[in-house]
Amino acid sequence: MTDPFIELRNIRKEFAGVVALDDMSLTVREAEIHCLAGENGSGKSTIIKVMSGVYQPDRGEILIRGQQVPRLNPIASIDHGIQVIYQDFSLFGNLTVAENLAMNVQLREKHRLMNWRRTREIAREAVDRLGVELDLDAEVGHLPTAGKQLVAIARALMSDARLIIMDEPTTALTRREVETLFRIVRDIQSRGIAVLFVSHKMREMLEISETITVMRNGSLVADGPTSEFDEALITRHMTGSDIISEPYVWTPPSGAPQSPRLEVRGLGLKGAYEDVDLTIRPGEIVGLTGLMGSGRTELALSLFGMAPADHGDVKVDGKPVALRTTQEAIAAGIAYVPEDRLSEGLFLTQSIDRNILSTSYEALSPGLTIDKTRAAEMAAETIDTMQIATPTGDKLVKELSGGNQQRVVLGRWLLTDARVLILNGPTVGVDVGSKAEIHRKIRDLAREQGLAVLMISDDVPELVQNCNRLVLMHRGRLVEEFESAGTSEEAIGDKLKAFR
Amino acid sequence: MTRQFDFRSFLNRDNNIAQLIVMTILIFVVMSLLSPDKFLRYYNFESITYIFPELGLLSIAMMIAMLTGGIDLSVVGIANLSGILAGILFQKIAGEGGVAAAGLPAVLLGGAVALLTGLTAGALNGFLITKVKITPILATLGTGQVFTGLAIVMTGGPAIVGFPVLWSWVGNGKILGLATPFVLFVLIAAAVAFVLTRTPLGVNLMLIGTNPKAALFAGLKRERMIFYSYMMTGVLASIAGIMLSGRTNAAKSDYGTSYLLQAVLISVLGGTNPAGGKGTVLGVSLAVVALMLLSSGFQVLRFSNHLIDFIWGVFLLLVIALNAYKNRAR
Amino acid sequence: MAWLRRSEVVIAGILLLAMILIGLVNPAFWQADNLFSLMRSNVIIGIMALGVLMIMISGGIDVSFPAFAVAAMYLTVKFMLWSGYEGIAFAFAMAAMIGLLLGAINAFFVYKFRMIPLIVTLGTGSMVRGFLLGVVGTSMININKMPDGLIDFAKIDIVSMTKADGTTYGLTAMVLVYLGLALIVHMVLRYTMVGRGVYAYGGDPEAASRAGFDIRLILFFIYCFAGALAGFAGLLHAGMIWLANPRDFVGLELDVIAAVVLGGASIFGGRGSVLGTMLGVFMLVMVKNSLIIMKIDTTWQRVVVGVIIIIATAVTAWRDQKRKA
Repeated sequence: MTDPFIELRNIRKEFAGVVALDDMSLTVREAEIHCLAGENGSGKSTIIKVMSGVYQPDRGEILIRGQQVPRLNPIASIDHGIQVIYQDFSLFGNLTVAENLAMNVQLREKHRLMNWRRTREIAREAVDRLGVELDLDAEVGHLPTAGKQLVAIARALMSDARLIIMDEPTTALTRREVETLFRIVRDIQSRGIAVLFVSHKMREMLEISETITVMRNGSLVADGPTSEFDEALITRHMTGSDIISEPYVWTPPSGAPQSPRLEVRGLGLKGAYEDVDLTIRPGEIVGLTGLMGSGRTELALSLFGMAPADHGDVKVDGKPVALRTTQEAIAAGIAYVPEDRLSEGLFLTQSIDRNILSTSYEALSPGLTIDKTRAAEMAAETIDTMQIATPTGDKLVKELSGGNQQRVVLGRWLLTDARVLILNGPTVGVDVGSKAEIHRKIRDLAREQGLAVLMISDDVPELVQNCNRLVLMHRGRLVEEFESAGTSEEAIGDKLKAFR
Repeated sequence: MTRQFDFRSFLNRDNNIAQLIVMTILIFVVMSLLSPDKFLRYYNFESITYIFPELGLLSIAMMIAMLTGGIDLSVVGIANLSGILAGILFQKIAGEGGVAAAGLPAVLLGGAVALLTGLTAGALNGFLITKVKITPILATLGTGQVFTGLAIVMTGGPAIVGFPVLWSWVGNGKILGLATPFVLFVLIAAAVAFVLTRTPLGVNLMLIGTNPKAALFAGLKRERMIFYSYMMTGVLASIAGIMLSGRTNAAKSDYGTSYLLQAVLISVLGGTNPAGGKGTVLGVSLAVVALMLLSSGFQVLRFSNHLIDFIWGVFLLLVIALNAYKNRAR
Repeated sequence: MAWLRRSEVVIAGILLLAMILIGLVNPAFWQADNLFSLMRSNVIIGIMALGVLMIMISGGIDVSFPAFAVAAMYLTVKFMLWSGYEGIAFAFAMAAMIGLLLGAINAFFVYKFRMIPLIVTLGTGSMVRGFLLGVVGTSMININKMPDGLIDFAKIDIVSMTKADGTTYGLTAMVLVYLGLALIVHMVLRYTMVGRGVYAYGGDPEAASRAGFDIRLILFFIYCFAGALAGFAGLLHAGMIWLANPRDFVGLELDVIAAVVLGGASIFGGRGSVLGTMLGVFMLVMVKNSLIIMKIDTTWQRVVVGVIIIIATAVTAWRDQKRKA
């Protein structure tokens, strides 16, 4: 085992009274590949920012190569050889690859003038070091995500990094690209540079890392060699509990066969997915999973009218529906809860009431004006049924916790007579307690109100637990279907792995 | 559910309004102290009620454009073009007694022409912004040139002088002892406030301005709503144009050019967030009144008009600094 | 053939096409005196556009520079008259310095309070113009009072020719001043770290600060530089028209911004070049000036400019959409 490169001991960090990190410790050794695991909101990004010197901890100590570092600021952190590759890569899309690669070196050398020949030399060297092919004159904004990531990694390598921190690096990559990335990560390691891989995807962690640190609610919960972990164990540490709730069971009603809530026949969208057949009956919760780029999000967006399909038919309750706009989809009884709650789901600086009612204002206006009494009633009713913890609907949504915010987004669709509910990553960034409750809410909606639910997620255990049926999507096609009962998470995980 | 109106919580929630009220009162008191005999005359306030409505309407129009994160740099062009088209119409249909004697039908026709001009101009802006997808600032920069340019082409440059007496009443007359433009302003402002807070259009605009992407996912008709908002902006601008031409009995392509920047300034002072999602008619109205009191006070003190521009600019920068300071303190 | 897709090449192509068209309507367009006067009309707008370009690349917008230009011009001319000092170098340095200091106010508010540049510059523009007219004065300084040194400087021609009827005309040397300044701005933007920082900041402010750019330096640099250019242009303008009018340049901001946008700069920041801007300025000035030659009533000037802005921005918007898809 190598010597420790950086040691964080008992770090505590508060923001305006909210504890983000408490008694968090993390040791990354020289030239190791280390995974930092934790759910969204567990404090992963805060601890990264402590290491990069953006945040100063309130308590605790930081040691780099055994030396205590009293105050770590961004420049000192870079000088110590710590490089962070953020999820957005921090690149300049309007500049060329060469300039992006060389910029940090040139800034560090404190030149006042820009030497273009030197820029090219640095860039050439960076690309050579990484051993990849990149067009130095291309504008970074025109590169695909994986290309941008390569630029970001090459740039980090140029600054004599000893530790490269990658924040959720595989999020937007296809499997092939993930493999290239892993090859590069191992290559970086072989040069004596440590890599801290921040992720919440278990399979990838187990595949790439030598050491794993798991954190939850801002604290360290487990660490050790990767060989001591398996998926179930990491999940348990990450969520603080085995997911032991009852699996969702759906029994087809006896008697006359019901017409399905949602019936999709031969749906296709060029370049995204094709030949999709899918039937969901009232009360069913169907899980949809697949790798990034499998077409699952595009399919969901087509059903919501945002990326209309070019062929095929969709029926809701046996009636054919046109889904060319979101308004048509909503009118047809389809609801959609987007992946990114903050940027796609919520109006943060508006009140809870307005967020809940946002989709219903026209329906609430029989004449030209909004029926205020009815609006207030409906908002209050939704707050009540969704159990949103707030004294009043006037409160701004940004003041709510992640779980409550998600309930607001869900609650919106209770008012639109939705019969088909599409959930894209329903519990991303939601704390453990709220997660279970949101799952329960979704089950209630399906069971009691007869909604057809399509749940899209990366989180296979979540799907197995909460869906009665699971559909696997690969390269734009639905390739396999399982009944949840009798299917293990591992089996599906293995299937997914086989696609890679 | 009963919600009692609690003035203190109202101020707390919307401390921008409180700030504006305090500011207005402060200006009033200071001006009264500085020049009690001249500032506090009825005539002084009466003249304010004739002048501020034009600017007030343009500022409200600007605020509406800003609600969705846009801006409308063509409002003054629309106002002038509306006045000029109406003026040309009156000259064309003037009968025996000349333009001044034109009857009610003619004046109503002129008003319709002016309003239609505003509506069309606003629709053009809305089309360019929502369909062609040009950034509002550039789209309205271009259309502003076109509207002003058309005004020049129509008039050949000089002002159109002479409007019907009835038309001038809109800018100069009185209703129940109050200035007509003032009464009109109050009515229109109330109507706009109603639209913004009590109709789906208004609430949707606020939501779209807060988060355009979430608006899409919530199924709001984003493009149509923004389109309507620019039409509203255009109509408000044309009403300001009617008032301006009525008050001065003339219409010209370059009247009120300083109004453009002032409208932006008042709208921001009135608590509108230029990035979208926030803005009230009340705030903008208070801001325009406060600034008008300030101007008139300085006029009474024999300051030049130019110095008032100076003070407006300083005021805007101060408010920016103050707001930034407040946000940081929080 | 990547260079063919560069926006400068496209703009130059359109410009050339427009010139050929105008020349077809009236061959007088190609006469030397017309071309010389056209180039002369480029100088002031062009110098101001260089400043606006830098601010636009950083993702901002400036509507205060006409006020700064007029203030620098009027104060400097007043000072020259009051002191009797006739030196040109000092006068231009003074005008540029006044513009620079005023630009620093913009930078301060944009940097310190993170306020949208449009709003800040609206405020400073209104403030400066109000101060000038309200405190300094509103009277014009005419040819008979203007400092001779200034006028003599602005009168210098590079070439001068005599027409058949005996009148002379020439190409003003101020064109060289403009080209010189353009070259400086180009060098600054391309070959200094501050210049690259302007592009980086315009591309992604957050990433620029993470990379270690000094954001304060960048913002102060561009707003001060733009102010100095405006001040310089203001004084040069007074010398060229033999008149110092404190009410000058009203509404010029729209023309200059339009020219910079025509030149391919993005209003969202990160994109724009000196060459493109110069072409954009030339296009705008040419269209405005050529209406007479094309026997179109000059009252149509504004309409034509507006339509050009709309078409140019529509094409840009359409292209961006296609790129995204």
